[in-house]
Amino acid sequence: MNTKVGRFQLFTTDHRRIAVRYLVLGLVAVVIGTLLSLVMRIHRVWPAVAFPFYGTLRPEDYLAVVTMHGTLMVFFVLTVVPQSAFPNLVLPGQIGAEQMAFPRLNAAAFWVTTASLVVLLAAFFAPQGAPISGWTSYPPLSAIAAAGPGQGTGMDLWLWSIALFCLAAIASSTNLLVTIVACRCRGMSWGRLPLTVWSWLVSSALTVLAFSVLLAAAALLLADRHLGTSYFLPSGEVVNGLVMRSGKGSPMLWLHLFWFFGHPEVYISILPGMGLASSLLANFTRRPVPGYRLMVGATILIGVLGLGVWGHHIFVSGMNPYAGTAFGLTTLAIAVPSSAEVLTWIGMLFRGRLQPTTPMLFALGFLSFFIAGGLTGPILAQPALDSYLHNTFFVVAHFHLVMAMAGVFSVFAGIYYWYPLLTGRRMNERLGQVHFWVSLVAAYGTFFPMHLAGLAGEPRHYAQLSGPVASFANLIPVERGITFSALLLATAQIVFLINVAWSARRGSPAGENPWRATTLEWSPFPHPIARGQAYSYGGSAERDFSPQWQETGAGPVFEGLKKAPSPSD
Amino acid sequence: MNWLPPNGELHGITMDAMLRWNLAAVFWMFILAQILLVVALLRRKPATDKRTKASSRRAFLFAWLLPLLAISGLYARMAISSRRLWAARREAPASSRPVEVEVTGVQFQWYFRYPGADGIFGTTRAALVNAPAGNPLGLDPRDPHSRDDIVSSLLVLPVEQTVEIRLHSRDVIHGFFIPGMRLKQDAIPGMTAQVRFTPVVTGEYPILCSQVCGLGHARMQAHLRVVSQREYRDWLAVREHARLAAESPGPGESQP
Repeated sequence: MNTKVGRFQLFTTDHRRIAVRYLVLGLVAVVIGTLLSLVMRIHRVWPAVAFPFYGTLRPEDYLAVVTMHGTLMVFFVLTVVPQSAFPNLVLPGQIGAEQMAFPRLNAAAFWVTTASLVVLLAAFFAPQGAPISGWTSYPPLSAIAAAGPGQGTGMDLWLWSIALFCLAAIASSTNLLVTIVACRCRGMSWGRLPLTVWSWLVSSALTVLAFSVLLAAAALLLADRHLGTSYFLPSGEVVNGLVMRSGKGSPMLWLHLFWFFGHPEVYISILPGMGLASSLLANFTRRPVPGYRLMVGATILIGVLGLGVWGHHIFVSGMNPYAGTAFGLTTLAIAVPSSAEVLTWIGMLFRGRLQPTTPMLFALGFLSFFIAGGLTGPILAQPALDSYLHNTFFVVAHFHLVMAMAGVFSVFAGIYYWYPLLTGRRMNERLGQVHFWVSLVAAYGTFFPMHLAGLAGEPRHYAQLSGPVASFANLIPVERGITFSALLLATAQIVFLINVAWSARRGSPAGENPWRATTLEWSPFPHPIARGQAYSYGGSAERDFSPQWQETGAGPVFEGLKKAPSPSD
Repeated sequence: MNWLPPNGELHGITMDAMLRWNLAAVFWMFILAQILLVVALLRRKPATDKRTKASSRRAFLFAWLLPLLAISGLYARMAISSRRLWAARREAPASSRPVEVEVTGVQFQWYFRYPGADGIFGTTRAALVNAPAGNPLGLDPRDPHSRDDIVSSLLVLPVEQTVEIRLHSRDVIHGFFIPGMRLKQDAIPGMTAQVRFTPVVTGEYPILCSQVCGLGHARMQAHLRVVSQREYRDWLAVREHARLAAESPGPGESQP
């Protein structure tokens, strides 16, 4: 097992080193994104507060902060870490490959992602600042520079950043797809793949499809801005007192293209976490994943259905109401395989004795948020109810629980679990437990009350709760509580950072297979052969697991193994 | 559920009831799931328990298949009830001649146009838009149908009469949101969205913009005033009179 990341090489093609770089990139993005969210939270309850090095926030500054927060978190945290950092860290190991299929393409994708982040952050320093049209950048607001501050250079930088990110994501996912299909070691049949690998297979296919469409959309929008086309611009536009050139396009085209990307994006960021949850629940209850084939089937079904639900983001956009009904049905349909996975996970918790290690706690946290946020999905899937709740804080609560918190908790689970692979040491358990419990409570304190604000009708993207219609004044105490919780949530992450730094030198030595895991990333051999199922836990009390690299017969005999394909296939 | 603002719309009563049982259903599922997570965490159980084929089949049936069928049934129930309400609100033809109002969103203001005595909205042209000169919508003075159109920044509607909104935007996408009418519809440039609703309770209701539209998004707010039919007629008559007096100058006067 290669435990240490060695000397620094700028253009390394080593996937583990690339993984560490993606993790650092994600860390930079999440720190900035979190600070921006705190700026929003503080401004909402104390609008007069002057921020250091800046001063008080103007309304356009608030919208710029919203836009950059969303873009950083969705692309550079919730996509980069589960879909780029983690597979680079463990995917070749889990399938017994020495390298990725295209190591240089893989390395190039990292540097293009970095360039994308630099271009995005440069938007802060553009004349008139960062764009203000939200992470969805609906035209015409995003198509016409005169439509608002930040919609000139700032918006251009945003679009170039997204285009670069799309290129990198497509390259990186193509590499993952080919690696999974073509580079599996001897004996690693499809039925023996860990569920994380199945998740990456589906999420990589989604990435290639969805990001291609976003890339096309970004190119068309840049053309509208600079080449005089009008894909997204209708005739008769009057912006800022100026009559715009006439066009025959429609903003609806962007809405469809964007959400054709935007919804699969949710699954791109959460499917790896779902696969990891299955693996960790098996490991820390010492029982195999029941219904492995059903879980694989559910993952694929979620991926396929995930391509056909984008319309639920635009029920009230003027889309044909019958289309609204159809998209509502596909969305409720996708809730069925998701519910099936949740029931399997809950069932797994009651099969063996649960070991409450830090990675397991974060996997439980993932499950808790996935359920909390997932359950409001079927409500928002109904056009009749969404036409009230759309773009209110109810939606903000929904996706911050199901995508952001579930996603981030699965990322933490992965980091605590795979940390020994990189350092040879474990992270400190006591600090890990503090980090988990404070984060769990603070995350619920932050995002649960947002449902109430949403039910009261409070829209997103409002810097102030007052205005000509002072209908949200009674929400101020709720808002204040949310802000305090958010501050606590952010503070708790300092415990995590201290733990990462401290454990790298002082953590207890992990040994070869610290979690007594079965999957191949923990194999001590450089060229393993897969000899069994991914989750052969259970058996006798003395030896309750049989790693995939181990000769069959050396460990306990499992029922599932009898029918397993022979290692030579 | 007291968090919802007071409802004043006909179908809003059904929507509130639907939302209430939906929220109750998912809330209790949420509580049950969280209890199971906590119980699993606190449970102490010997690590070796032998499972038989029969016991795992029972577990599959009662802990997986039946709950999944029940949950799927709940989703189906949601789909059906929601389908009915959506059809009633968005697809059904108007039962009687509705009150017609054209709503136009511009950065950062809502304008409401009534067709006037002739019942026909006059033409507008982008080149004529001039808010400081009192023509924010670009009404074409050469069109006779435009002359009696009333443009207001307050939406006044009669109670218990169906309203048909024709929704436009002149610049960017806006979201026309009246929480008290349980109504939300985006105003997309280049498109006209038609939505209907029926106010049933008189009073004042806030109108908000629900789609980020630029730096003034949060203050793009207006009021809906639902009044009795008689008050509505009076309100319209006063404005029509003023409008016609301004449009058609008396003999001898010349129009500037």
